[in-house]
Amino acid sequence: MKRLGKFLLQLFVLALCLCYLFPIYIVIVNSFKNRQELYTNMMAPPETFTLEYYVTAMGKMNFMRAFGNSLIVTVVSIAFIVILSSMTAWMLVRYNNRLSRCIFAIFVATMIIPFQTIMMPLMQVMGWIRDTLHIPMLNTLGGLIYMNIGFGASMAVFLYHGFIKAVPVSLEEAATIDGCNKFKVFWKIVFPMLKPTTVTVMILDVIWIWNDYLLPSLAISDKARRTIPLSTASFFGQFTIEWNLAMAGLTLTIIPVIVFYLAAQKHIVKGVAAGAVKL
Amino acid sequence: MRRKKDNAWYALFVIPLVYIFTTVVIVPFLIGIGYSFISWDGMPLNEKTFVGMKNFTRIFSDQRFLTSALHTVLFTVISVAVINALGLFFALLVTGKLKIRNVVRTMLFMPYLIGGLILGYIWKFIFTDVFKMIGETTGWNHFFFSWLLNPRYALAAMIIVTTWQMAGYIMIIYINGIQGIPEDVIEAAKVDGAGFWQTLLHIKFPLIMPSFTICLFMTLSNCFKIFDVNVSLTGGGPNNATEMMAMNIYNEIFSLNNYGYGQAKAIIFFIAVASITLIQVAITKKREVEM
Repeated sequence: MKRLGKFLLQLFVLALCLCYLFPIYIVIVNSFKNRQELYTNMMAPPETFTLEYYVTAMGKMNFMRAFGNSLIVTVVSIAFIVILSSMTAWMLVRYNNRLSRCIFAIFVATMIIPFQTIMMPLMQVMGWIRDTLHIPMLNTLGGLIYMNIGFGASMAVFLYHGFIKAVPVSLEEAATIDGCNKFKVFWKIVFPMLKPTTVTVMILDVIWIWNDYLLPSLAISDKARRTIPLSTASFFGQFTIEWNLAMAGLTLTIIPVIVFYLAAQKHIVKGVAAGAVKL
Repeated sequence: MRRKKDNAWYALFVIPLVYIFTTVVIVPFLIGIGYSFISWDGMPLNEKTFVGMKNFTRIFSDQRFLTSALHTVLFTVISVAVINALGLFFALLVTGKLKIRNVVRTMLFMPYLIGGLILGYIWKFIFTDVFKMIGETTGWNHFFFSWLLNPRYALAAMIIVTTWQMAGYIMIIYINGIQGIPEDVIEAAKVDGAGFWQTLLHIKFPLIMPSFTICLFMTLSNCFKIFDVNVSLTGGGPNNATEMMAMNIYNEIFSLNNYGYGQAKAIIFFIAVASITLIQVAITKKREVEM
């Protein structure tokens, strides 16, 4: 009797979760229907299985291009954030003087500034760099990556700083006596030990950069350089009425996220929890 | 000699990031304060005129901005309460003795990974077409109609979508807190005859106060700064009824081209976000108990 009750409870909870993910079901089933079928029944599975709308949506969203752009921006930004922030945080911890404490305090304090407060002047500064130094900061993936590094720096430095404080110096000292320079000491000895924090930083930044909309929308105007959120937004600007196409487009944008989630689920859940708890 | 070398290494490691950070965050923040005292339409060739505090005094008679501030507060208060209640409920469910708890956790967390913009579009379809269809087939059309056309229901839709996105995330943080409670404390309470509710209210809740602090901070700042869901779900409509503060600032600067005035709003927005979250952290930190 007790076992049956437990079984029913589990079934109930599972049903609850399936209801919770109902919107995703709606998107997927309707991405296979034509317009008429979509409006006759939105809940039912599709009568015929066709990828026609996916092909159309892919073409209209320029999906492969956008996917490539998103991938480049996310991977390169995160690589730079991890490398530069871990190096900076290590020095800030190991040379705990007034300058280091001041730099660290500024990193932490600025975390509270909302993006909306910086966005307009940021575009002016980037425009100024473009006009006077002739470095193309606006409307390029490189410029977007540069800005992502700046916005990702605070949290990454903060997380690395907290971790490095607990790492004993003795190993580094031994390596220094053996004749390693700072660069070698950091990359051979310190950086491998920072792996848990590196994973946390990467996970948090993937979620943020992959889905970021406002900054890319201000920084990128060229169609060919759009990231996935930008091409989704412009797609919806044009085809709001064609919901079946829109559903196929949305499914396309969700697939990479779900693949990433299922592949790295443990790390993601741990990373998100660790990142939040340390704040 | 050694000292000089050390300084060189320090500079090599620290300067690249500090340089990027300064140009992207510090400099724009500082000149942003300057921009808030001028009047400018954003055209590089057009004149920037200094207007002093005028931008700031104008905010207090800007009906559209005050309404959006009021809606943002309303939206934030309700969302924070609902998200935390639901997240905590999920966390308790998942830390129970269910065998399927890992599957459940995986499913509930998923919406958080899909960005706010995409979520907004998904739900836009549900709140307009799916709801209309349900209303037509079941006849309950005083509840199932196109929610996004009604100012009040559109605000409710914003709350639902934000909750759907954030609850799983908040759940993860609460799970961490609950799993951090030592087993023997719970056992001791049980031996002393505490029931489910007593254990929950008098043992578990006080011990997960640090999680409350974090979750309240995360939900407060995220809801107050909401933008992506706003853009894709309602676009601020109907009739600016769901235009939140972040979107109001965006529109003032980039649609109405009031760069100086919009920046003054952005500064006020920064002060509001900073003071609200700092006050919240100060209050909840005080109530944390030491283990």
